[in-house]
Amino acid sequence: MNYWPLLGVAAVVAGFAARLNPMLVVVAAGFVSGFAAGLPLADQLALLGKSFVATRAPLLIVLTLPVVGLLEHAGLREHAQRWIAGLYYMSLSLLLICYMALRQILGALGLTSIGGHAQTVRPLIAPMAEAAARKTAPGLDELQRERIRALAAATDNVGLFFGEDIFIAFGAVLLIQTFYTANGIHLEPLSIAIWAIPTAIAAFVIHALRIVVFQYGLKRDAEPRA
Amino acid sequence: MIALSYVWWLAALVLGAAAVFDLRARRWANALFWALIAIVFAAGDAILAADKAGNRLPTQLAGAAVVLMALLAGSGLLKRATVGDGDAEARTASAQRLGHKLFGPALMIPLVTTVLFLLAPYLVAGDWRLFPAGNATVPALALGCCAAVAFALYVTRSRPAQALRESSRLLDQLGWAVVLPMLLAALGGVFEATGVGNAVSALIGQFVATDSRLACTVAYGLGMIVFTVIMGNAFAAFPVITGGIGLPLLIRQHGADPAVVGALGMLTGYCGTLLTPMAANFNIVPAVLLELRDPYGVIRGQALTAVLLAATNITLMYFLAFR
Repeated sequence: MNYWPLLGVAAVVAGFAARLNPMLVVVAAGFVSGFAAGLPLADQLALLGKSFVATRAPLLIVLTLPVVGLLEHAGLREHAQRWIAGLYYMSLSLLLICYMALRQILGALGLTSIGGHAQTVRPLIAPMAEAAARKTAPGLDELQRERIRALAAATDNVGLFFGEDIFIAFGAVLLIQTFYTANGIHLEPLSIAIWAIPTAIAAFVIHALRIVVFQYGLKRDAEPRA
Repeated sequence: MIALSYVWWLAALVLGAAAVFDLRARRWANALFWALIAIVFAAGDAILAADKAGNRLPTQLAGAAVVLMALLAGSGLLKRATVGDGDAEARTASAQRLGHKLFGPALMIPLVTTVLFLLAPYLVAGDWRLFPAGNATVPALALGCCAAVAFALYVTRSRPAQALRESSRLLDQLGWAVVLPMLLAALGGVFEATGVGNAVSALIGQFVATDSRLACTVAYGLGMIVFTVIMGNAFAAFPVITGGIGLPLLIRQHGADPAVVGALGMLTGYCGTLLTPMAANFNIVPAVLLELRDPYGVIRGQALTAVLLAATNITLMYFLAFR
């Protein structure tokens, strides 16, 4: 066993820890691990190029940018904020918890492309969350606004990750099934997916509690000190 | 039929437009960066086909282009477009005029994508089908975006060139972060080809105390988290860690239920995804999209959820797998 390629992993950790540019870190780590495995430079370039071209799907986010850009230019974010500010019952925690529940339920039905950081969080959920938070704490400072936007993005991630695993045709379930089949254990997708339900409920409860605590913190900070 | 290659060309068009606008604005480094990625996108299928046919020059050139992009990103020559707050008044006025009509195109992307995805098996006529079999999501998303652009142009009374100008503005704001997820996925491929996965699973196998159920369960859960944090992807970690700990120790030696081990092991890995900058499209890209000054702001926002949930998952696994 050749352990030297693990130096590539060490390069990633060191590079991120030193806050170097992630693009540089990743490419450098690839070369470290390639040289440690004894590959010639020409092979490494071909390997890097081929892996890069073969994984184009994550960049399809750019297809949503013309729509998002046009609507933002026409005031979508301003409108979303004004609308939420006018709904008297809408609080930050209600908004984010409803969004998380919707994301989990739709994810469990296989509808994961509804929502996402570019499609819904930046143009809609983040500005709505800020507007809703202003009702609890009218004088939000810049740091609080950043933490609210980060929480909106985190809520999208939690809702997505812990909903989609219940969907039996989802890649993770099929990956688990394929792995076991290759090792001589035969399972139905449904018998795997069903065990994702307790975690889905736990994720909802834990993150919802955190959102409520966050809002309580905003309220406490906003009250004048006695 | 809407082949995948049309979708890549559409993405190349959006990226190429950014290169043209940057060229006009004399932001040379940005223009070069977007031109490189646009070419890789447009020529991607041809590059892969040439590689399969045994001609390695195109893939090597693509690799060199990736290195050049990384150098451009690391050099600091890429300029983040300044966020124009100058037209804030115009935006507020437009928001008041258009009102809820603005929500329509925004909701159209998910709606059209989902409807087309669900209808895909029925959109066939003889041998002709609208989407390639078994891969309807990506073309459906592309069509959904096209429909939404058309509707947005109608609602905002803009010319088509304006849509590309806006996407270019957003791309310059996002900068290299938008390419990072692709590069990380490529790193996963490089790690696999150079034997990093095998080395990790061999290492783990040497260090686990094997006769305690609890120790094996905890080692499996922590292994999934740590390896997901390193690879940025629970899918990459699952075969390695389950093959190294889950299958031989938990399932074969201690008789754990494989369905429980698989499902909860994967979900414990997801907790690792919430913690790592390597999962750039979930953790780093949104920080840029939401204009956070702290690049790890999203990770900080979800870290506590991830840790509590990982502990819950490992506990659940211990009690459910050995019922």
